[in-house]
This record gives sequence, structure tokens and C-alpha cells, in this order.
Amino acid sequence: MAMLESLRDLVGPAVFDHAVSPLIKIAVLIFVGILPLISYLVLAERKILGFMQVRLGPNRVGPWGLLQPVADIAKLLVKQDIIPSTAIRWAFIVAPCLVVAPAFVIFSVIPFGPAASQTGGSLDYFVTDVNVALLFVVAMATVGVYGIILGGWASNSKFSLLGGLRAAAQMVSYEIPQGFSLVIPLLMAGTMSLQGIVQAQFEQQRWFIFQGWGLGLVAFFIYFVAGVAETNRNPFDLPEAESELVAGFHTEYTGMRFALFFLGEYANMIVISAVAVTLFLGGWHQPFPNAGWAGFLDLQWIPVLTPPLGLVGILWFSTKLAAFLFVYIWFRGTFPRYRFDQLMELGWKWLIPLVLLTIFGTGVWKILQ
Amino acid sequence: MGDEERKGPEEADGAAAQAAAEAAAKARAEAAAKAKAAKEAAEAAKPAWEREPKIPEWEEAGGDPIAAALAERHGASLLSARTLAGDLVLAVERDAIREVARSLHDEHGFTMLIDICGADYPDREGPRFEVVYHLMNLDSCRRVRLRVSTDEDSPVPSLVPLWRGANWPEREAFDMYGIGFADHPDMTRILMWEGFEGHPLRKDFPVEGIETGAAIYPEYYEEAAGPVTGTGTGWKPPRDEEGAAGAAEDA
Amino acid sequence: MAAPDTVGTRDSLFEVEEMELAFGPQHPSTHGVLRLDLKVDGERIVGCYPIIGYLHRGTEKLFELHPFFQNVPHTDRMDYVAAATNNLAYVGAVEKLTGLTVPPRAAYIRTILCELQRISSHLLWLATHAIDIGAMTPFFYTFREREEVLDLFEEYCGARLTLNCMRPGGLPFDLPVGWTDRCGAFVDKFPAKVDEYEGLLTHNRIWKKRTVGIGVMSKEQALQYGVTGPMLRASGVGFDLRKATPYEAYGEVDFDVPVFHGGDTYDRYLVRMEEMRQSTRIVRQCLDKLPDGPVMAKKPRVLKAAKDTEAYYAIEGPKGEIGFYIVGNGTPNPQRCRVRPPSFYNLQIVPELTQDRLLSDLVAIVGTTDIVLGEVDR
Repeated sequence: MAMLESLRDLVGPAVFDHAVSPLIKIAVLIFVGILPLISYLVLAERKILGFMQVRLGPNRVGPWGLLQPVADIAKLLVKQDIIPSTAIRWAFIVAPCLVVAPAFVIFSVIPFGPAASQTGGSLDYFVTDVNVALLFVVAMATVGVYGIILGGWASNSKFSLLGGLRAAAQMVSYEIPQGFSLVIPLLMAGTMSLQGIVQAQFEQQRWFIFQGWGLGLVAFFIYFVAGVAETNRNPFDLPEAESELVAGFHTEYTGMRFALFFLGEYANMIVISAVAVTLFLGGWHQPFPNAGWAGFLDLQWIPVLTPPLGLVGILWFSTKLAAFLFVYIWFRGTFPRYRFDQLMELGWKWLIPLVLLTIFGTGVWKILQ
Repeated sequence: MGDEERKGPEEADGAAAQAAAEAAAKARAEAAAKAKAAKEAAEAAKPAWEREPKIPEWEEAGGDPIAAALAERHGASLLSARTLAGDLVLAVERDAIREVARSLHDEHGFTMLIDICGADYPDREGPRFEVVYHLMNLDSCRRVRLRVSTDEDSPVPSLVPLWRGANWPEREAFDMYGIGFADHPDMTRILMWEGFEGHPLRKDFPVEGIETGAAIYPEYYEEAAGPVTGTGTGWKPPRDEEGAAGAAEDA
Repeated sequence: MAAPDTVGTRDSLFEVEEMELAFGPQHPSTHGVLRLDLKVDGERIVGCYPIIGYLHRGTEKLFELHPFFQNVPHTDRMDYVAAATNNLAYVGAVEKLTGLTVPPRAAYIRTILCELQRISSHLLWLATHAIDIGAMTPFFYTFREREEVLDLFEEYCGARLTLNCMRPGGLPFDLPVGWTDRCGAFVDKFPAKVDEYEGLLTHNRIWKKRTVGIGVMSKEQALQYGVTGPMLRASGVGFDLRKATPYEAYGEVDFDVPVFHGGDTYDRYLVRMEEMRQSTRIVRQCLDKLPDGPVMAKKPRVLKAAKDTEAYYAIEGPKGEIGFYIVGNGTPNPQRCRVRPPSFYNLQIVPELTQDRLLSDLVAIVGTTDIVLGEVDR
């Protein structure tokens, strides 16, 4: 703390508050929060898939395979890094970074817990609270597409190219319904700040998924379907469809570069889920925060969870997040893969008209309020 | 054999002895016949799987309705019609095979081509190779086998105009035996690689194979230089040439 | 403004460039070492040329080198996921050529083995087909049951894949003690497992989207290409050698031959699913009727075929008609032994089915033909 204060004196309070402090927070968030979360998400996926598929999953490294992520990371780090001789070198190297970086940056606006002012503590459980956070999320999510296209193209392999093109078409198409579906909670809340949207759900005494004649539910459905497509997960995992395109855009990638793509995919999964939790499921609030009978859900009877630490918010947020991630994994264990034209058909012919109607309906609802 | 030998020295003893010997032989023959009959009866009483196996034999099948109809229609082109173990086998003149197959297909309902294969009989008089066709009538479950003799230089009319599925098996017969097929749309090797010399299923092809070197990439590897291991060959992909990408992966 | 003559036609708007794509021989969904040289316009396939032979081992040449008895293991290695049916087709041909008769108990056990083999082959097909279309879970479910079938094989003959479990004239050994009970327990519970797989796939919307109307093969096409087995029966031809020319114990058991008329990937899937259920019926009946007695016929010490005799014997394998054409030359070795491989003929139709379809459909169609490259290339 003393170090930080001397740094603040060194660079000046304005620079510190708007540049240095968020950077430090992001770094801490990524290395303490997101990276372990992703590596254990991978382990959880393998374990849950194993459970669904009558097998055990990883169980050799550490108790119940708990050290498997460590082994995986070590393996990927020390693997030979192959750049194909015919690849376009700079693009091949830049592409994985372009996938990972935006995914990580989005975490900076996601409220994992309450603000310090609400809990009376000294710690905000988010990096920044900008008033255009939602636009920021949409904008950053778009950047990830470039990495995938670039990776597919730079590999100079036909399967990679096909995967990259599929990714381009798929992600651009599904960004439209996804972006539009975000408009609905925004209309309901009347603010673009994610922190504000969480508060709005608290004040309206209802999660936005149940708000507005079921329109919230429709919007949530569209958002989630589009989100699954955005992250290239089953049943929309066409860009990396292994039975068709070998491994799609990352066919030629090995070692740490491949791991970065992998990281990007899982980071995106968490981002999509976190945004869904924030916008539709009440964010870090406990369920039924205003109902007396559900008061025990604030978990204040557990000593360590009492304010000013405010860990309850984090706990509820993580629980909701985990439920979403489980659904992702569940999809993977259940669904076959769409065909490319069918995917486009679903996006353009069904989701986009539906989301436009929902926006219209929400507008009507808002006027009648 | 034993009887003959024993009989030999007695021959000089005169007619009486001879008559006695004849009577004895007759008696023995009768006994043998009786024993044989008894054995046959015993054999017949046994269940089929304990009897001596009865090896199937060729039978003429001129009277078979299909064979008769074909003989009438194609005359001398149908060389023979026989059955063995219930299979109808027709030997057909090489140039008439497509017509015979067509009439089997159109008139006798043999709508399915089951198989085409080659065979090599180097010791046989006349043409060395044979092409064997199996056809099937799906309604009556009847099969018919057509055999055509040919040699290396005279192509057999292809059946691709009749059955598109004849394409690959004819290519295989070509690949394995060097039998040519006339009017075939794609008379290339199918199982062996392009550039392979020789026809592996011929009887004179050595089982252990022939020295081919690295016939697949003659421009990169020396012929018959053996397998290339490691990365220390100093070989680099020619960047400006066509196909460089493919070659780079192999390196 | 663009000049009017450059507007409107597809070629003038987009420069269409066809790309050549080598699909295989190292590709996850070519089921081995199949190579398809594709010409693609984007993802649309405008040309498909299969290249086979990567697994060619000259099995037919090897047959000529060994006596009839020693050739049985070679047949295991052709369709290596359905060794029992290969064995049966081969020993059947040898028996036909040499006039051997099989004792009834051996015939029943052979029937049981073949039907178990059909189940295991179809399970493997379902696993790979589903994973080709992107459904991962059926793979593990089917392997769970396939494992039990393989355990039964292992208990019978010691091998799990390359069974080598039949001999000309019968079987090398009788069933182990208690085998029939364990086999019976398996076939009794197996139909419920088939329902489980079907629950995951049959009415799944995505599965239907990916398979219904994909790779439609008409009856005429099927006959033109010599397509046999489940693929033929999905195209509306109810032809099954087990019914048409009953061999072994098939004439004495009651079963149905599923026939569908759509000719598409989905119907081929349904045919195979139903065949698995029928196979359990056959095995159940065979176990109930299993006669006592020897499992090997009386046969000469050295099995020889007469000179210039020949026989063709075919059975209904899991993939179609697997037949052997054997020519004898008076020695213990065959003069010529030709395999009629069902996969070879079923694969031949793939270019026609994939014309103008998408790359994803190609994967579904190749998967549905249920090819084994060991058999295609021999």
C-alpha cells in the first residue's frame, strides 16, 4: 500500500487514478482471478464431460486430478513452438494475442461484486465502472474475430483458411443478435453502466430475465444462443470443427500459441456468462434480495462473509457464473454440430427478426410503465 | 497292390491254380464290395459332419434355363455353361462379355454387379489371365459367374456402361494384373501408387516386393536410397516451385 | 457507377476460384487413410476423387502363399472391426470348395459370434458417425457396450479384435463354461442401451438437420454401384443374405430385416440402429436353441481343393455382402483368393453423393457409408 501511494505521488493522482491503478487491477485480476479460473474451468469441463460420458476424466495428477491444469500449462509452455515455413510470420504470431487480449480487457468492466460505497468497505469488486460499459463489452468482443481470421489466414493452410472464414461469417452474423439482445436490459434499466444495471434489477425487485412480459426471457435466450456461437462452442463450433476442418483456424498452431487460442475461447466463455449474469440474473445480488423470507441468503451468518469484505457478492456472482459455464459444458456433451448454412439460417432468419421484435416489445413495455 | 504281388509267382502253376485264384479274387472282390456297401451305409447313418467330405465336381449345365437362353441368344460367344457346388459358371468370349452381361441384366434380372476380379493362370494353355464377374439377381437370389479369358495385350470390354460400379473393380484388376479394359473412363492404378511398375498379383511378381526406391518423390530423394530419417539432410523446400507447400510438410 | 454489363452475374461480381483440398489421408474423419481429392468452391464440393490404397498390404497375394487353414488370420485384418464375419465368409467359401459340413452346434455359435460382431461393428460405426457430426457423448456410450462385446470375444477366443475364431469345418473350441449366461445377460440388457443412444440422437433437431435428406441414394444408384448391406436397405431394397439365402443358423431363427425408403443418411442410421436390436433377438434365440454336440467336422488332415474348382461364398457382414471367391489348384494353397469387400463398393458411390454438397455433408456421408479402409485396400 505504501508503495502504491509513493507511486501515486510520483506519477500524479490523475494519471494514477485513470491509467496506472486500472492496469494494476487488471493484472491482479488476470493473474489471480481469471487465469486460475480458466485453467480450473478446463479441468471442470473435462471432469463434467467425463461424468456425462461414463468415464473418469483426469485423475492422475494430484488428488482427483486437481493439479492437471498445472501439468497442462507446463506441457504447453515447454512444447516446441512450430511456425510453418510457409506461414505469414508476423500475422501468425500476432493472431493469438489478438484473441486473448480483448477477452481479458472486457473483465475490467464486469462488476464481480458491489462497489465499496455499497458495502462500506475500501475495495471495489470491479476494475472500472464506466458509463458506456455495455458498448465497451460489445466493441471489445468484436476485436477477437480479427485474431481468429488472421490466424486462419496466416497459417497458409487450407483447413485453417476455411476455419477462419467460417469464424468470420459466424461471429459477424451472431454479433448482430447478440448486440441487439443487450439493448433490452438496457431499455429496462435505463443506463449503460453495468453497475447501474445491477442496481436497477435490485430496485425493480426483479431479475431482467423475468422482467417485461417475458420479453427479458426471450432476450436472454437470444443473447445466450448468440453468445455460444460467438465463443465457437458446441453446437456452433464450426470454425474448429475437428471432424471437418481438422482443427479449423488453429490447425497449424502448437504449444503456447495454441494455448493462447484456447485461453481466449475459455476467457470468452466466462465473459459471455459474466455479462449474462450481470444483465439478466441480478449480477452479484443474492436471489430475492428484497424478500424477507429469503434473508438468510445474504449469508451474513457465516462470519468470514460479513462486510466490510463483501465477499457475499463475489460468492453469488461466481455461483451464477458457474451455472452458466455448466450449461456450456452440458451443451458440449449433448449436441451434434450445425452445418454452416444452417447456422447462418438460424442467425439471420430467426434470431435477428426475433430480437428486433423483442426490442419493439420492450419499448412498448417501457412506455406503458 | 498286395494281391497282385502275391498272385505273380503262382502264375506258372497252371490253369487249376489260376481258376482257384480267380475264384478267390472274386470272393475277395465281393467281400470288398460288401464291406464297401456296409461302410457306405454306416457313413450314411452318420451325421453329415462326420462323413468324409464330398468334394464338389463340375457338371454340365446346358439345360439351365438361363444358360440355354443365353446360348440361343449369343450362340458361339457362350463357350461353356457348367455348375460347381450350385454356382452357375459361364465361360464367355472376351469381346461378347458386355453383350452377355447386358442380356443378363436386361432380360434375366441380374441387376446387381457383385464383383469383378482378375486371376492369373500362367501354366494354362492359351490366354494367361481371366476376368471373373459375379452377378446377382436380387429377386430370385440367383448368382451367376462369368469368366473371360484374356491376355495382357487384348483389353476386355468394360462394364462401366452397364454398371457404374464396375469402375473401381476394373481399375483394380488392371492395377493388380495389368488387364486392360476398353472404354473404361479412368484406366489408372487404384491401390498401388502412380508410377509403380509391375502388377503385384501376377504369379511371377515376387511376394517380398520389388525395389521401388522412393518412387513417390523422385525429385527430392535419390532412387533406392532407403528411408530418410532425421532433419539433418540439409534439404530445404524449394520456395519458388509449385507444390512447395506440400513438400515442406513432408520434410 | 459500375457499367451495366459487369453487374448482376455471379461471376462478374465475385471472382470464383476453385480450391483443391486434400481431405486425408491424415484427417480425423476419414476413418483411417482414405484420401479424397476435393475441388471446393468455398465450402461447396464441385469435385471429389477418392484415392485409396494407403493401407494396401497385398492380402490377396498372401492368401495364395498359405494353406487354407493358415489364411483365417489374414481375413481378420481386412475389416478389422468385424473379424468374425470375415472369418465366416472365408471359411464358408473353403467349406463350399472342399465339401465340408459344419456341425449344428458350430453353426449356432458362429451365428452368435457374427451377430455379436455386427453389434460391435455397428456400435463403432455409430460412435464415429456421431462424433463426425459433432456429437461426442454417443461415442463413449457405445464404447461402453462395445467393450462388453469384446470381453465376450476375448473370453471365447482370447482376442478382442483379430478374432481368428473359425476354422474350415467348424470352430477351434467350444464355448467356455458360463459364456452363454454372460452373453445372454448382455443381449437382454442391450436393447435398452440402443434406446439410450436413440434418445440422444434420433429426435435431436440438430442431428436430423444434419442427416435428413443428406446424401440421398436412390435404389437405382445403389444397384448401379453394387452397394449392399444397410446402405442398400436404407434405399428401399429389402435384400439381406441372412434372409435371402439363409446360412448357418439363420434359417432357424426369427428376425426382421429393417428397410427404409428415404435413402438418406438418417435412414441409414435408423437401419443400423434397428439391426442392432434384431441382432440381439437372433443371439437370444440362438442361445436358447443351442444344440449339443461337436463343434468341428471330420475333415482330412490336410485340406486340399481339387484342381480347377472354384467357389464363391458370401454372407451378410455388418457393412454389406462380404464374399470370397476361391480357386483351388490341387494343393493345400488356393490358386486365387479374391475378397469381395463391401466397403470398396460402398465407398465408390461417395463422389456421386457428395456432388454439390457442403464440406460438412461430406463428413456425414463418408461416415454413413461405414467404410473400413483395411477392407477397401486389403
